[in-house]
Formats: sequence, C-alpha cells, structure tokens
Amino acid sequence: MHNTTTNSTRKLWTFHGGIHMPDHKAQTCDAAIEPIKLPSQLILPLKQHVGSIALPVVEVGQRVLKGELIAKSTAYISAPLHAPTSGVVTEIGDAFIPHPSRLPALSITIKPDGKDEWITADPATHNPEQLTLEALATIIGDAGIVGLGGGTFPSSVKASANDIHTLILNGAECEPYITCDDRIMRERADKIINSAAIIKRVLGANECLIGIEDNKPEAIAEMQRAVSDGGHSGIEIVTIPTLYPSGGEKQLIQILTGKEVPSGSNPTQIGIVCFNVATAEAIYEAITASRPMISRIVTITGEGIKRPCNVEALLGTPINELIAQAGGYSDTAEKLIIGGPMMGFTVDTDQLPLTKGVNCLLVVSESEIPTAGPGIACIRCSECANVCPTSLLPQQMYWFSRSQNLEKSEEYNLFDCIECGCCSHVCPAEIPLVQYFRSTKTAVTENNAANAKNERARMRNEARTARLEKLDAEKREKTRLKKEAMQKKKEEAAAKAAAEGASDDSQTKEIEAAKKRVLEKKDVETNKVSKPRNTENLTAEQQQQIDQADLRRKADSADMPSATEEK
Amino acid sequence: MLFRNITSPHTIRPNAVTTVMLRVILALVPGIITMTWLFGWGILINIVLATITAVVSEAFCIKLRGRPVMPALSDLSAIVTALLFAIAIPPLLPWWLTVLGAAFAIILIKQMYGGLGYNPFNPAMAAYVLLLVSYPADMTAWLPPVVLNENPLNFMQTLSAIFAGVAPEGMTWDGLSGATPLDSMKIGFSQNQLLSEIRTGPLWQGMIAGYGWEWPSIAFLLGGLWMIYKRVITWHIPVSMLGPLFLFGLVFSLLDPEAHPFPLFHLFSGGAILGAFFIATDPVSACTTPRGRLFYGAAIGAWIYIIRTWGGYPDAVAFAVLLLNMSAPIIDHLTQPKVYGHGSKK
Repeated sequence: MHNTTTNSTRKLWTFHGGIHMPDHKAQTCDAAIEPIKLPSQLILPLKQHVGSIALPVVEVGQRVLKGELIAKSTAYISAPLHAPTSGVVTEIGDAFIPHPSRLPALSITIKPDGKDEWITADPATHNPEQLTLEALATIIGDAGIVGLGGGTFPSSVKASANDIHTLILNGAECEPYITCDDRIMRERADKIINSAAIIKRVLGANECLIGIEDNKPEAIAEMQRAVSDGGHSGIEIVTIPTLYPSGGEKQLIQILTGKEVPSGSNPTQIGIVCFNVATAEAIYEAITASRPMISRIVTITGEGIKRPCNVEALLGTPINELIAQAGGYSDTAEKLIIGGPMMGFTVDTDQLPLTKGVNCLLVVSESEIPTAGPGIACIRCSECANVCPTSLLPQQMYWFSRSQNLEKSEEYNLFDCIECGCCSHVCPAEIPLVQYFRSTKTAVTENNAANAKNERARMRNEARTARLEKLDAEKREKTRLKKEAMQKKKEEAAAKAAAEGASDDSQTKEIEAAKKRVLEKKDVETNKVSKPRNTENLTAEQQQQIDQADLRRKADSADMPSATEEK
Repeated sequence: MLFRNITSPHTIRPNAVTTVMLRVILALVPGIITMTWLFGWGILINIVLATITAVVSEAFCIKLRGRPVMPALSDLSAIVTALLFAIAIPPLLPWWLTVLGAAFAIILIKQMYGGLGYNPFNPAMAAYVLLLVSYPADMTAWLPPVVLNENPLNFMQTLSAIFAGVAPEGMTWDGLSGATPLDSMKIGFSQNQLLSEIRTGPLWQGMIAGYGWEWPSIAFLLGGLWMIYKRVITWHIPVSMLGPLFLFGLVFSLLDPEAHPFPLFHLFSGGAILGAFFIATDPVSACTTPRGRLFYGAAIGAWIYIIRTWGGYPDAVAFAVLLLNMSAPIIDHLTQPKVYGHGSKK
C-alpha cells in the first residue's frame, strides 16, 4: 500500500504571528554533505545535552577505540558519550565550549591516532521488526542520541513514552542559512523514512507526519520517493508554508495537528512525539548498525566563509578546523554565530569544539548582519505581539522585565516564551527583547530557588521548635510523674511510720526542735551579713516595694527550671 | 581571531521608529496640502510655529534630563505631534496660543511623563483640549474654505492676523470667520430647525459633509490607507472607530431623518477621519492588544457620536481620544490574548 498523499488533502493549521525573511539557504543548499579529515584533537564536553552531566569512564593516557563509551549517562535525563575516533585520552579537565555563558566545562580530550579503528561491533544486532518500546529506548539511550535540531534533549526519554498516536518528524528547518536538515533529507531519505517506520511501529502511533517547509522542494520530492519506494503506510510528507518559526516543536505540532502542547508540559502528554529528521537518521544508525552518536552534520556558511558547505564532522572537532575545511574566513568576517541567526549565539573565538547541538556555524560580515542599535524607548506599537508565535505580549513583558517585576513577568507567561527572536527582529526601537526575557527567566528561576530555600529553612526551624517543645513537655511530664511517685512514697512511708507507733515520738520532737533552732540562728546571721545597711531605716512604702520584688523573684525562680532545661 | 559578541537575533531589522514617524509625516502631506489650499497660509504658518516650538521644547527637556539630544530629536516624534496639533487648530489662531499649545504638548504631556513611549495621553490632543477649554472663542474661529470665501487672505494679511492680531483692512473678525458644517448643524438643531432647513445655502453644495470642508478628510483617508498598506498602522482602530460612528449615525438617521444628519456626514466632517487614522492610532497612548484595540476604537467612535449629538461641543475627537487614553491600561489588562498552551481564554 503506497502512501504518497500530498498535503492537498491534508488540512493544515496556522500558528499566531511568525515572520517572513530572506532565507539565505542558496549558499549551501546544493552543497552535498562532505566528510572532513581527522582533526588534530577532539574535545568532548561531558554535558552537551539537556539533563545531568555524563560521568567519565576512561582515564588519562588510556587508549580508546572509535565508538567506545567514554562517559556514561548518570540519570534518566542524561546522555552518554562515545569516542568519535580511536586515540588516546590526553586530558580530562575544563575546556571552553560553545555556550553563551562562555564558561569552561569539564571535557575529555582525545588525541586521534589516525587509525580510526572501530570497537568490535556488538554481535547482537537488533532486529527492527521485534523491537519493544523498552529496547528502543535503551538502544537510543546507549547510543547517546539527543535532539539534533539544536534542542539536545535526550531522545531516549521521548522514545519511552506511552499512548502515542502521532509521530512527527521535523524537517521544517525554518532558520535562515541552515541547510543541514535539507541535505540529510535529500541524501539519506531512505534511512529517515525507515527510521520513522520503526519508531512509529514501536511507539504504536497511528500515523507519522513529516513536516517540511515549501522552500525545500528537492527534499520534499526525495522524501516522498522514499516513502513510496519503501511501501510504508501511514507515513505522510506534509509540505508546510515557509514561515519562521514553523520548525519550533510546538509550532510544527500546531501546524500539523491543530493541537497545542499545554503550557509547562511536553508533546507526549497529548500523544505526540516529535523528532528532528537528523535525529531520526541517527536513531536508524543506532538500531541497524549499532553506531553511537559520534558525528553530526553542520552547515558552515555566511559571507565570512570562503567556501560555504555542509560537512559531517566528528563531535569534538575544533571549530577552527571546520572553518579551515570551508576554505577559511573571508576578509569581511566579523561575527561567528553558533546556530542560526535567529536563535544562535555569538562566540568570540573559534577555539571551541563541535558539540551535538551545533547545527550551523555562521560567519557574517557587518554589512550582511549589522549590529543592532542600542535600543530606544518602546513606542508600544505591538509589532512584537503581532509576530509572537506564542501570542504573548512581549511589550508588556519587557516593561515588567525592565522594572524587575518578577511576579508580573510570570503572570504574563514569561516562561511560555520560546526565545525565537521574532519580537526583537521586528522591534522598531531595536530593543533586545529576547535578551531581557532570557535574563528575567534566570532571575525568576534564581528567585524561586532562593524562596524555596528560605521556605525549607523556615520549615526546618518550625520543625525544630516543635520537636524541642515536645521534648520539653515530655521532660516536664516525667519530672511531674517522678515527683508524684516520690510524694506517694513519702506518704506511704509516713503512713507506715504512723502505723508502726509513736514510740520514738519524743526523740523525733527533740531533734526537730534542735534543727529549728539551728535554722533560726543561721537565718539571723545571714540576714545580718547579707542585709544592706541602707535598708535598715526603711519607710513602710519602701519595705512594701522590696517585699513585692522578693515575691516576683521567687515566682521567677519557680519558673526557672523549665528555662534552664531548654538546651 | 576575536569576534564580536552581540545578542540574538542576528538579522537586518526591518523596522525603525524614525521610519514609522517619517511615514506618518508623509501620509499627512496630502491632507496638509488640501487644507493649505482651502484655508490659506495660516495652516503652514501654524505648522512652522508648532514644529519649531515642539522641537525646541523637546531639545530643552532632553538636555535637562541629561540625555543625548540628537538621537531623541531624530526619532521625529516631536514633529509628528506638532503637525497633528497644527492641523487641528484654526488657521488664524494667535501665534502665542499655537506656541503655548505645542510647548504644553511636549513639555507637560510628553516629557514630564518620561518622553517618547511613556506619555499616557496623546500630546497633540491634550494640547488641543487645553486651548479649546481655555480659549474657546479663538479655538472655534475657522475661516471658510477658499471655495466659499470671496476674500481669501494673502500671505502678509495672514501673518499680521496671526502675529499682530490685526484683521485685514475693511474686514472684521466676524466677517472673516465661517461656521464649520458641524457648527452650523449644531446651531441649526439647537434652533429646532429640520435637517432639510439646515442644509441650505452654499455650504451644503458638497457631496457629504460641507462644500470644501469634506476634502481634507478625503485626503487624510488616502494617507491613512497608505499607512495601512505600509503597515505603519493596522486596520483595527480606524475600522472599529469609524464603524460605530457610522452605525450610530445610521440608526438615529433612520429613526428620525430630519433630526439627525446622515451617517456619512459624521465620518467626513470634523476630525473623524484624521482622528481615526492618525490620532487614535498613536501607539503610545492607545491600547495594544488586538481585542483591546477594537474596543478602544469602538469606544472612541461611540463617544464622538454622543458628544457631537448631545454634548456642548460641535466636535469631540480630542475628548473621546483622551477619555480612552485614560482607559487604555485597564482595557489592555482585561483583553490579554490567549497564550499558546493555556487552554481557554482567561
């Protein structure tokens, strides 16, 4: 049963806003994916994915083979790392990574030995026909596959979802300049489609929709051919209009299904799983060839590059060597952007490694992409709200961000912002809106963390006070019981004595009388010594005051024991 | 090699405040030319006076606030305010009133609140209302349009009228001024005249809203449509404002045709068109949410009809706009759009 339905029969939805802009894809869309020679060294950050950092399982000086595990996954949301080629581990320590923070991160450095020797393939090759949901998630997890569209979310988590009715492959590639997904769809369509068929079957999805923007007709044709040749049913290539950011996961889901992913949750909650097309290809390699994620396709483009191209490079390859592969910089190179122009970030150096999430290296001249102005006052034109794909009110959020009103910022759904950059792009006052939102998100997160910490401290303190009070009460109860027991004993003893008769009564009386005398004498002496002289001639009023003070002191000292015990 | 670090997105920005303001100014040009032809040099003299005053006031305030003056002036917003104010006031208004109004608009209404983007009220309309309330006689003394004026003033006569307060030889102020269509309509109804009785004489040779008087509105309409085409403004506020004005006019005109002017009269007389496309759409003082803008426009349209028909002033665009400027924040708050992934509307 062939399914080559075009989207003329399929209803498409639209998302709010979005922008049309020059796509600049012509520079590289016809450049076939090329291999790159072995780099001089490979630097592999232990965290190139969303989630917990991977834990090294190799030591400095150890020889590793291509595909060998060098750092293991440490949590449900985490991803392992594999040696991209054979060589020797030369360092495990901090290295600079492509991250907007420009902070160094723990990395493993491998010096390739030039042999590119594979680890012996796992003899237990997987039969795609008999994969269970669990097995698929394990294969994907063990292969270290993360979302290659730039999100770098561990794919194993998505692949273990239940109650999935729709699988979506994201081939929209809406960011200008980037063509790596376009190329992979043109060159490896069969692998992607086969992967889609396997994942769809294992997840138990009814259909698989592959969304591709209509500015990639060759990719659409090739993918349609692959569906048709493979004889797959329930897989449909859907041509969608070119409109940034249609490749955003939430936006693509909205375009294809009309459904919205509830705020704060992920697509699996509405029965949808979404993978990038390159991720699907990586999954296919993991299933059928036991190939872990050790390389990725990256677009190297922009006016600052002499020979714009697409390369398949080993993870950890230094960016400067990738640039050299692309002919080096042209004279006008001014900015180096990691990722696309809309969501990518600039870095100040090319001495950084390629990581799993880097889909594009964009080197631009000042005339190609001028630096935006310093930003002037907002004139409340609402262009930002008109283009926001999430229907936010960026102008209001900006107002609250600027005044550091975190509560209001959250109330205006700051955390639903996908940071696509549309609002900043259209702002006539050139206000860096997205930058404000990123910074305010961080502030809110920090503030919430601090609040949570304070709350914990408060609760701990309350618990401690309650515990001490309880202990105290118990102690007092114990003392009371003891006292009562003693009293009882005394009474019993007295009763016993009384019962035994009054034989030695006179003797006792004498002793008592003697005791009394001694006490009286002592009392008189003490008073003599301790009584201050100026108290000898007191008026009645003064004496009364003193007596009252004495009484108070007595009353206080009666309460004292409980106070002193409280330690 | 060390690269420059800047924040995303990395794109050529398609919009700029200066471009927006420049387009508003360009869109005003056909209307200004039409008005100058109809009402003489006074219009241009007012524009020059108001513009100089506004720019000087703006520069003065910016300097006082210790900010760079040239970037603030180059956004052209002071000039837009000056133009809107200058074409709203009568052509022979004494010069010091024009200067007072323009300075009031910029210094008290705009800069005292924090400058561009922060003023809750439309500066031009606030200045217009200040003068209208304080100097009602001067502010309602309009010239008849050239097509009805047997003795149009030349440049020197206009200058001396504005700056020296001297009426041209052989003419009196009363003789100079002519009632606007809205004025004559209001006076007519107050004297219990029927619509057909009012609509006699040369003033009513026109098609819609008074001979000559309706032409600037048509020119402003063209400019406004061009602004929508250029995406300087959206259709929401003009349509939602003129809609109710038309509908109210239609309903009352059908109910009692002799006591109410027909709806198109309301659209094309006074400042309705100018207000709908150029004043109510001032983004700084208007509503910002899509639904809020519709409500904002509709309420302005309704107020204009109410004040024109039952209020004390012949026209009401400025009052209606200021009333809704005040309500804009609460309307915005109540009309937030449904955000992606948040289920039903709040």
